[in-house]
Amino acid sequence: MTEPLVSVSDLRIGATTDSGRRVEIIKGVSFDIAPGEMVALIGESGSGKTTIALSLMGHTRTGCEIDGGTIRLGTSEITAMTERQRAELRGTKVSYVPQSAAAAFNPSKRIMDQVIEITTIHDLMPRAKAEARAVELFRALALPNPDTIGSRYPHQVSGGQLQRLSAAMALIGSPDLVIFDEPTTALDVTTQIEVLRAFKAAMAESGASGVYVSHDLAVVAQIADRIIVLKGGEVQEEGDVEQIMHAPSHPYTRELLSAFEPKLHASPASKEARPRPIIEVRDLCAGYGHMRNGEPLAKVLKNVSFRLERGRNLGVIGESGSGKSTLARAIAGILPPYRGDVLIDGQEMLPDLAKRSKEELRKSQIVFQLADTALNPTHSIGAILARPLTFYHGLKGRERERRVIELLDMVQLPAAIRHRLPGELSGGQKQRVNFARALAAEPELILCDEITSALDTVVAAAIIDLLKELQRELDLSYMFISHDLSTVEAICDEVLVMYKGEVVEALAARDMTAKAQHPYSRLLISSIPQLDTDWLSSLEQDPELVKQFALR
Amino acid sequence: MTARTSLLARVPTPARLGYRFNLVGRIGLAVILFWAVIAIVGPIVAPYPPGEIVGWDYFTPMSAEYWFGLDYLGRDVFSRILMGARYTVGISLAAVFITVTAGVLLGMVAAVIGGWFDMVLSRLLDALNGIPSLLFGLVSVAALGSSIPILILTLAAIYIPGAYRYARALAVNVNTMDYVTVARARGETTFYLISREIFPNILGPVLADLGVRFIFIVLVLSGLSFLGLGVQPPNADWGGLVRENIEGMSFGAPAVIFPSIAIATLTISVNMFIDNLPTKIRDRSE
Amino acid sequence: MAPSLLPWFYVVQRFALALLTLFIISLTVFFACQLLPGDVAEILLGQAATPEAVAGLRTAMGLDEPAIQQYVNWLTGFLQGDLGTSYANRIEISELIGGRLVNSLKLAGVTTMISVPVALTLGILAAMYRGSALDRVISIFTISIISVPEFMLATFAVLVFAVWLGWLPALSLSSAEAQSWGELLKAYAMPVISLSIGVSAQMIRMTRAAVIETINTPYVEMALLKGASRSRMVLRHALPNAIGPIANAVALSLSYLVGGVIIVETIFNYPGVAKLMVDAVATRDLPLIQSCAMIFCVSYLSLITLADIVAILSNPRLRK
Repeated sequence: MTEPLVSVSDLRIGATTDSGRRVEIIKGVSFDIAPGEMVALIGESGSGKTTIALSLMGHTRTGCEIDGGTIRLGTSEITAMTERQRAELRGTKVSYVPQSAAAAFNPSKRIMDQVIEITTIHDLMPRAKAEARAVELFRALALPNPDTIGSRYPHQVSGGQLQRLSAAMALIGSPDLVIFDEPTTALDVTTQIEVLRAFKAAMAESGASGVYVSHDLAVVAQIADRIIVLKGGEVQEEGDVEQIMHAPSHPYTRELLSAFEPKLHASPASKEARPRPIIEVRDLCAGYGHMRNGEPLAKVLKNVSFRLERGRNLGVIGESGSGKSTLARAIAGILPPYRGDVLIDGQEMLPDLAKRSKEELRKSQIVFQLADTALNPTHSIGAILARPLTFYHGLKGRERERRVIELLDMVQLPAAIRHRLPGELSGGQKQRVNFARALAAEPELILCDEITSALDTVVAAAIIDLLKELQRELDLSYMFISHDLSTVEAICDEVLVMYKGEVVEALAARDMTAKAQHPYSRLLISSIPQLDTDWLSSLEQDPELVKQFALR
Repeated sequence: MTARTSLLARVPTPARLGYRFNLVGRIGLAVILFWAVIAIVGPIVAPYPPGEIVGWDYFTPMSAEYWFGLDYLGRDVFSRILMGARYTVGISLAAVFITVTAGVLLGMVAAVIGGWFDMVLSRLLDALNGIPSLLFGLVSVAALGSSIPILILTLAAIYIPGAYRYARALAVNVNTMDYVTVARARGETTFYLISREIFPNILGPVLADLGVRFIFIVLVLSGLSFLGLGVQPPNADWGGLVRENIEGMSFGAPAVIFPSIAIATLTISVNMFIDNLPTKIRDRSE
Repeated sequence: MAPSLLPWFYVVQRFALALLTLFIISLTVFFACQLLPGDVAEILLGQAATPEAVAGLRTAMGLDEPAIQQYVNWLTGFLQGDLGTSYANRIEISELIGGRLVNSLKLAGVTTMISVPVALTLGILAAMYRGSALDRVISIFTISIISVPEFMLATFAVLVFAVWLGWLPALSLSSAEAQSWGELLKAYAMPVISLSIGVSAQMIRMTRAAVIETINTPYVEMALLKGASRSRMVLRHALPNAIGPIANAVALSLSYLVGGVIIVETIFNYPGVAKLMVDAVATRDLPLIQSCAMIFCVSYLSLITLADIVAILSNPRLRK
């Protein structure tokens, strides 16, 4: 066996919290990386994957410090080096591809200057040669106009392009190790494919080793050779991609994988004949900005129509900018639509929510994506749940408190949690409270805007199960907005595919993969990474289609 | 909504939110409290009547009898400083409370209502912000005179635009938060949104802002008094004490140095306190 | 709109905003002065004046016209350089102000030339070596300075340089008519020192904050991960993006000059506009107060507007 390129042993990293306490966030992690190998660090938020990746460059974020263990890269002992020696290594031996290239490019400098900066800092080659090499890399990364793209400023190119440019920036110094820090997480799925392909090709060509940090097993399966599963700053399991995916030994890995298993949804059979749809939307148009001739400057929603029967669930899918969140806001009246009708339970809603009656408002509730911003940090959980009880139902005192406890019980939270503040809860708990607040109104329709997107997969799966259970008990209907097709598949009966503010197709959820007709729906559905190592290499997409629809 | 049971109402105290005040912050707070107490009891604990001539000499150095010496008329400087605290601290506090109350109320209303109300008010107050503070004071005092109520209102008016702009920016941020949107979608009134959803979330930074504006106000008040346009003789705040005794400057008389030091201890300690507030509360970059 | 024109669009917009602001300020200044109790004509003519004389003067001064008309008259006069006549000594205000404005501008100019380079250097250094001993010393120094009133800086400067060290004369440095360079230096030294300390402290603090804010961005961290040295990170990556905020910091701190100048000119008996204005307040010489106030507001606004324009032009997103 060859000597590993990187070897990390018993790495310990500590952090100082706001209140001055020291906590250990990386607890004795050890692993090796062979030359030319791509190793994935997989884990959920707080697992320490990014912290470990950055430590391979000898860098820790403010407040963190390497407390023990060793990191060796080639012949250099990174942990024993001075900051100056580490700076020598950065860019030449080990380089970095950030999560958000848009933020990592300096807005006031041309792209070319930033891409070749490593060669300037370390005096690697003359400028002309560096620029020629950069253009070569641009070509290898399949960037458009490789000869001239370097003369632009970062704000003049798209996010997917910037992400590929940042890979060129990392590869220019011919490093031995490239660290990818969730480089496709912020991208839309149709963009992600192209970026992943470019990374894979460029890495194969350079022969460098890589570390790929991600929370997404399906993405990692396409690009990595080996996977290290992390949780709470400790290695849970380590193995080849195939082994991890097909024969995971650690229960946590199995849990991660099970979240990927397709769970098709079947609505509970309707008990009685349902006379009118719970929601019907006709030719709905909404937008932002100044109104001119009764139309806003920026039109987002264009003639959206659909209807949803009581007790059934509707999924709305689409990429960023498709208008799916705007649709929820327009229905709720937060963004009053300028044309079209919204009928909830057969009753026509006025556009502006201020003009709707309390009873009309009560029937449909909206739940937002980020529980962090959806719960007022200065109100206790009890107060948060109590408010809609008082507001809609006039409950007070003991009766209200009893109902708060009941609601917490419905979302499977202990009653004592009502005395806490949102900041003291975990992400999953907060999202449950967020949902319980909507339930407090005793609604008939709940608009869920990406409610599982910010959660770790395992937690998200549990929330989906909860939603299904509540639907059975409370006779609810959900309108479920998401960019994640598997979540939509798991809970919805029908699906709307949105693209640039329009509904391009309406489908039954259970056979959307098979029966999608519209070219965009097919592109979108085929772009979802599958838990299969051959998925990316065998994926064929019509280039014309990609050109037409992908927002690269 | 009013009768909140004790179980539901849990105040987010500093300790529960993980705040911690460090040593420098505590020293700052101690000095602030010290001057606050003096402003109340100053005349009682003063060794001599502040307005009376108690010695034959003038501009005397420090002594056991007259701790900070005598002033240009032979009055006890120590007693006059204790009395001056009442004017400096009292006027500034009154002004800063008016400033911040008005600024925060207007700022929150503008942020929530938006539209024309917000635009006109913001333009107008921004323009007033374009008048340098001491200049504002000069013009106002020239026009209206320098009685204490006028001084308080003038000082308050000078800083309302700043307090408004700051509170509005905070409130605009909070207003875009989903919990405010949820409350609005629930059908809550503007009053509820402002008082229950927004105000508690801007309170921390607003208190820090109150401290900063307090310092500004103390400085402008002292400046005005120093120019002879603030508190009028025979009464004197600390700035006025410096002015009275400015003749003693050329030989470093305690009568001119100690009132200056009194101002500095107050303003520096407020600054120390604010700068060492936990970042969660402070969270400002102006 | 063509991208290359976009920045100029914002510049023009900013100018328009400055004019609007100035208009509101002129209204405020004018009507604040209208609040003065008592009849101006009576005050001018004294107790012994006959009612006829008072009425005559009122008509002559246009005081019988409605306030709006008086405002329009005043503003148009002001725009044409006719600042009116001083109540106190019946001299044309433009004459009173002329030479003094030059003096004040000299004082401000010298102070700016000294404090801007010093403050920018120290502010950037403090940000670059954040948390170091240097940073802490600079922070303590600046926080102490900005916490004390302007007049205290001046008095302490006198104590140190005149009383204890005996290098410079303590008070009343009459004049810009100094003969030799040495005398000139001495005449300006005390006011300039006092002003520069205050202005610099303010500017250091704000510059430091502006630079630190840019240092904390992901692209500066990216530079670190490319192996850039600390000075490269700050000078090449952070500073170009901090130009806008720094220009703003400089402008706001220089506006501190306006307050500072009022105090310093009074203390040192310096023959500038500010001293003139303080005297005018004491005698309630309204036209003079109005004119001085407008001069100060115009200079303050110009600074702020200039800073905004620098910020607009330095924004790469608006560049072609």
